[in-house]
Amino acid sequence: MDLSFSAEELAFRDEVRAFLNDAWTEELASLMGSTETFKEGQIEWQHRLNKQGWLAPDWPIEHGGTGWTSTQNFIYETERSAVGAPGTLPFGLKMVAPVIYGFGTEEQKQRFLPKILNSEHWWCQGYSEPGAGSDLAALQTKAELDGDDYIVNGAKVWTTLAQYADWIFCLVRTDSSGKRQDGITFLLIDMNTPGISVNPIDSIDNHHTLNEVVFDNVRVPVANRIGEQDKGWTYAKSLLAHERTSIAGVSESKRKLRKLRELLATEVNGGVPLSQDTMIQSRIADVEIELMALEYTELRVLASTAAGEGPGVESSLLKIKGTEIQQALQQLYMDLAGYYSGVIQGDMSAESIGHDFGSEARRAYMYGRAATIYGGSNEVQKNITAKYVLGL
Amino acid sequence: MNFKFSEEQNMLKDSVARYVQDDYDFETRRKNAASADGFSREQWQTFAELGWLSIPFSEAQGGFEGGATDVMAVMEELGKGLVVEPFVATVLLFGGLLSKSGNAALQEAYIPSIIDGSLQGAFAYLERQSRFELADVKTSARREGGNFILNGEKTVVFNGAVADKIVVSVRTSGGQSDETGISLLLVDAKAAGLSSTSYRLMDGQLVANLTFDNVTVAADQLLGDLDEGFTLMKSVIADVTIAICAEGLGIMQKLNAITIEYTKTRKQFGVAISSFQVLQHRMVDMFMAAEQTKSLLYRAVCSAEDQSDELEKNVIALKVMVGRVGKLIGGEAIQLHGGMGMTDELDVGHYAKRLMMINTSFGDADYQQQKFTALVAGAA
Ligand SMILES: Cc1cc2nc3c(=O)[nH]c(=O)nc-3n(C[C@H](O)[C@H](O)[C@H](O)COP(=O)(O)OP(=O)(O)OC[C@H]3O[C@@H](n4cnc5c(N)ncnc54)[C@H](O)[C@@H]3O)c2cc1C
Repeated sequence: MDLSFSAEELAFRDEVRAFLNDAWTEELASLMGSTETFKEGQIEWQHRLNKQGWLAPDWPIEHGGTGWTSTQNFIYETERSAVGAPGTLPFGLKMVAPVIYGFGTEEQKQRFLPKILNSEHWWCQGYSEPGAGSDLAALQTKAELDGDDYIVNGAKVWTTLAQYADWIFCLVRTDSSGKRQDGITFLLIDMNTPGISVNPIDSIDNHHTLNEVVFDNVRVPVANRIGEQDKGWTYAKSLLAHERTSIAGVSESKRKLRKLRELLATEVNGGVPLSQDTMIQSRIADVEIELMALEYTELRVLASTAAGEGPGVESSLLKIKGTEIQQALQQLYMDLAGYYSGVIQGDMSAESIGHDFGSEARRAYMYGRAATIYGGSNEVQKNITAKYVLGL
Repeated sequence: MNFKFSEEQNMLKDSVARYVQDDYDFETRRKNAASADGFSREQWQTFAELGWLSIPFSEAQGGFEGGATDVMAVMEELGKGLVVEPFVATVLLFGGLLSKSGNAALQEAYIPSIIDGSLQGAFAYLERQSRFELADVKTSARREGGNFILNGEKTVVFNGAVADKIVVSVRTSGGQSDETGISLLLVDAKAAGLSSTSYRLMDGQLVANLTFDNVTVAADQLLGDLDEGFTLMKSVIADVTIAICAEGLGIMQKLNAITIEYTKTRKQFGVAISSFQVLQHRMVDMFMAAEQTKSLLYRAVCSAEDQSDELEKNVIALKVMVGRVGKLIGGEAIQLHGGMGMTDELDVGHYAKRLMMINTSFGDADYQQQKFTALVAGAA
């Protein structure tokens, strides 16, 4: 039992700090903060990380990974979120890339991985459908072989940031005769292919991140298929476990918690700062205690992964607890804003409205409802835990 | 013991329910909220014709002479329709202050135009620093001959962008947080030196920050007694708190019904998701929470009807519960709808947002719970 850092690890931490100090600038933060320039900002941030060689730490070294130990990973994530720097776009880097280097052909690796690294390709995830959410295997978007192409018809929904995407990775149905999981194929589809339309879905945070992606006789070369036809479910499942670990967001929550504590000093009620309000203090303490535990739960999972044992079903625990904590923090953020938690600020200045974080708290809270829904809903995660961990 | 509505109250409740059903679908609501005024003047006129705008006023003032029960009946149904028209701001807050003010001249001048739908009102009581403390008032009014001169700023004024007349809480004496020394003045929205910045809240309301720069108000525009405005506003806010809690209950019942219906039709894994026991239990929790809320609402309404000593305690308890249950039901309704619950298109998120704004209005659940504790400790 030991969690102290070695001298090399401390040196690494200093290196990370120095990098972040140069690369994560106010200017970049404001680019990413506005809807119009979000994409540009995100890409610029990824360029900076890529230049440093740190864009895809968990990739195999031969494809551009860093070969960091899990401790180094932990240090990097902690330092990154401490300064409020955002993560990378998961769809390309964390979702499709592992499938490509894990199951793709040499040609596919050469063709796609470098463009994910240089951010030339913006990816989105086309799994869910109107009739296939928690029950993903119910998906019906169809792909039929026609010479060297598949012809794809159907619709995907809730496709995050598809409006910016160059490519989409999709699960499609190629066989409906046997077990539902057995007739699914994993396709990489160029968003510029004729027959694809992207329809925006406004969400309750008053923003547009969600979309419906409709396929009308879309031709996809067989060369864009991952692995074998009808075996897509296996590839997709390996990806879902990845999605669940990164969803815990421990370091992000630690930063939010610090921010809440700062706000306690500046928000006042009847002339008394909220830092003197024992009720909100004890609510924050409740969350912090859960978070302290989760931080170590995550480290335990990391340690067993490093020992070649995971990540397995315990990633459900990280997802459930991580998202519960995120939502509790969002709730506190709203509560601190009081009346202003309802404000839709738009282009107005904080000064004219009279409050500087109410609108942001509202957005974070409303969008944050989704964290217990996506990536396998928390109910589904509990079903998984009951079945595979508890053996019920 | 009797928890039944009178025949008259049933008719009133039915008339609102029918209106919401026939003339106020969610698309209408969305359109009204997005319009320049933040509501439909045309529908407001219909409210007037149906007599709803007269409910809390005495017969002498031309009203229906309704009590807390009548207001509750109306508000619960308005809640189910998520009605954005400023019934609370104009009729209950502004109208309530006028009718309890004892200022007959002002009552005669304005109550008839509230009732006929021609006048919009607002009550400006919040300031940047005040948060939930109603007595934290910096906006000042100094006496100059037969006038008051107002300086300062009020924020998040419900209906403040549209109101023709605004009651403003001002400091006429005492320190910034003293309850004594607060007075209520009726100000014309077009008064020289009054400027306004409007913006929207997530529940669709159009609100405003109002800045007073040497605004002159005649001394006869005073509601209640000089320096004693706090008692008046506290009493009206207690009435309005019960009313918005009734609205909250209507929303909770609606959200529960929508969620139950959705889970019965939504299929995953080959079955309706309502067949999953874990979701059934969640919906039972939502149902029980709404029933408990209804009980506290009735408790508060009964004590308001007979002005019992328990009124304050009951209202605070009710507000705590509406805040907490509102978060629970709003959150669960979204969760059980999955991705659909996240869409702006569906009404569910909008009901949840209104519940959250009801929570913050006049002090959120945490604030009220601490008041409750202090009240109980003080009585012991
Ligand atoms: C903001 C957001 C972003 C998303 N981004 C993407 C994306 O980029 N790409 C993509 O492919 N998908 C995306 N999704 C879709 C997401 O994966 C689905 O919403 C999720 O799988 C749930 O499916 P559903 O919405 O159809 O809800 P449903 O499956 O209909 O679930 C409704 C409710 O029933 C519960 N439930 C379902 N089954 C069970 C069960 N067996 N036992 C108990 N309870 C159950 C659920 O937990 C939920 O509460 C996104 C969703 C959101 C909200």
